[in-house]
Amino acid sequence: MSSSTAPAGGAARAPRSARARVAVTGKYLSLVAAAVATLLPLVVVFMAAFKSETESQNGGPLQPPHDWFNFHNFQVAFSKGHMLRAFGNTAFILVLSVTGTVLIGSMTAYAIDRYRFRLRRLTIGLFLLAALVPGVTTQVATFQIINSFGIFDTRWAPIALYMGTDIVSIMIFLQFMRSIPVSLDEAARIDGASALRIYFQVILPLMKPAIATVVIVKGVVIYNDFYTPFLYMPSPDLGVISTSLYYFKGPYGAHWEIICAGAVLVIIPTLVVFLFLQRFIYNGFTRGAMK
Amino acid sequence: MAQTADTAASAHPAQPAPGGGPATSAISARPTGLRPGRPRPRRALLRKATPWLFLAVPVALLLTFTYTPVANMLYYSFTDWDGFSPDRKLVGTANYSELFTRPDLFRVFFVSLFYLASGAVQMVLALYFATVLSFNVRFRNFFKGVLFFPYLINGVAIGFVFLYFFQPGGTLDSVLRLAGIHGEHLWLGDPKLANWSLASVSLWRYLGLNFVLFLGAIQSIPGEIYEAADLDGANRWHQVRYLILPGIRPVVSLAAILVVSGSLSAFEIPYIMTGGSNGTTTFVIQTVKLAFQFNKVGLASAAAVVLLGIVLVVTWIQRILVPDEGVDLT
Repeated sequence: MSSSTAPAGGAARAPRSARARVAVTGKYLSLVAAAVATLLPLVVVFMAAFKSETESQNGGPLQPPHDWFNFHNFQVAFSKGHMLRAFGNTAFILVLSVTGTVLIGSMTAYAIDRYRFRLRRLTIGLFLLAALVPGVTTQVATFQIINSFGIFDTRWAPIALYMGTDIVSIMIFLQFMRSIPVSLDEAARIDGASALRIYFQVILPLMKPAIATVVIVKGVVIYNDFYTPFLYMPSPDLGVISTSLYYFKGPYGAHWEIICAGAVLVIIPTLVVFLFLQRFIYNGFTRGAMK
Repeated sequence: MAQTADTAASAHPAQPAPGGGPATSAISARPTGLRPGRPRPRRALLRKATPWLFLAVPVALLLTFTYTPVANMLYYSFTDWDGFSPDRKLVGTANYSELFTRPDLFRVFFVSLFYLASGAVQMVLALYFATVLSFNVRFRNFFKGVLFFPYLINGVAIGFVFLYFFQPGGTLDSVLRLAGIHGEHLWLGDPKLANWSLASVSLWRYLGLNFVLFLGAIQSIPGEIYEAADLDGANRWHQVRYLILPGIRPVVSLAAILVVSGSLSAFEIPYIMTGGSNGTTTFVIQTVKLAFQFNKVGLASAAAVVLLGIVLVVTWIQRILVPDEGVDLT
């Protein structure tokens, strides 16, 4: 494209040339434009969450609120929207599912990587093939299975699904497992440790980086998932973050200040976690997507 | 003595350095090589059972929640089952022919095209920003964080954020007014605009993931290569064209798969924002409605089978076009 017009090494070598200045300006302009496009929808919602009812109905969305310390909407959203219960349900499901996923994934990886047994190839193949089946496509039939176990409309339905359909975590553990030297478990075995002991006392502690990855990726996925709880836990008592926020739509349909406050309440924990764990989160998602 | 025999037999054969060879996939099957040993029968049994003790629960879950549903779904798709009554009739391929002949059912495929288009734009943008931010830029971490953060936000919250954004006289209209474009638009109410609006929300949401994937891949290209290219007189465009693009090809193809399967299975954003009205019903919304509102489990299963088939074919094509070479970034 520009290869014929640009002098060799021009852009990189002579930053003061006019061409380079245009390029640098363009670069920063595009970055700023992208940042504004990304942040604007969030900032207006944040501002709306502090507005009074009349402000919200009469003023434009770009006007900042009169009173930045008006937390009334948050109080309404938190109590009337049953957000405490929602955070509790989400936390319960999240902790159990993530723990289960870590155990299942690491056990699978340990057995597959460290043992040679009949049907090993078939087992590997089954896991690999399952990774290609997108969960949303099979819900029609998964629903019947959950129903037949009698766990429909309980918190065990999403827990079972989150634990049972996560192939990506298994892949992450498998890949990490291969970097743990076999000599370590051999040494433990010579000392007379049982397989279970080797798994819990040698392998699991060494898996910490992989566990961190899985906890982050899985944690974000579960915190944000709407589909599973919406389909499998219709009772209002079992509302998680996503579904409880979703039900704001009915009663507060015209009260944007309340809906916005609810959305902000849901986004804040994510933002805090992101700011504190940035580096881990980037690595986690890069690894997670690469399997 | 029995101890050592047991150890020798169950010990893992020494492996070449992990990750050294070209990994064909995440789990590459290695040659089975048990050293001959002669442990006592009971111990041998225990040893044989050990891997299965670890695998019992994972495999049971795998079969229960992935393979049984797929098998059942195939079966339901040939029946007229309503989801709860005890009797169901086999109806052959009636569900499939209904799916492909009723235009109102078939049109969901066209809705996917909007998401596919936004996915393509999203990949180009992600590639651009990843390239820009892989070089020295002021406030690099800030821009990186801002671009990525939407991907972490709860889908329902995103839905509400953009319902507010697209309101008539809302944020978007106000911004356009500042730019001199007046008038209130039904961004979500007008069937001509609704799908574009929704697809752009999904662009906003998923750009960050692709961007971070690309950025990671670009940064894993060793720096010396750029220096060498610099010495050879390559400019930035040359570097992008001949170093970066070939270097991140596997990641780009993976992202392409995610975009295609994501655009076929778009659900959250349109369901939360419009509930599928104004011509925004996607494949998954339709399937959910057929199965759980209209109790047409047979027809819904047929739809899901078609979707699953398409996703598998797309993945298969990708595997052929871009063999899984070193997608391993870590």
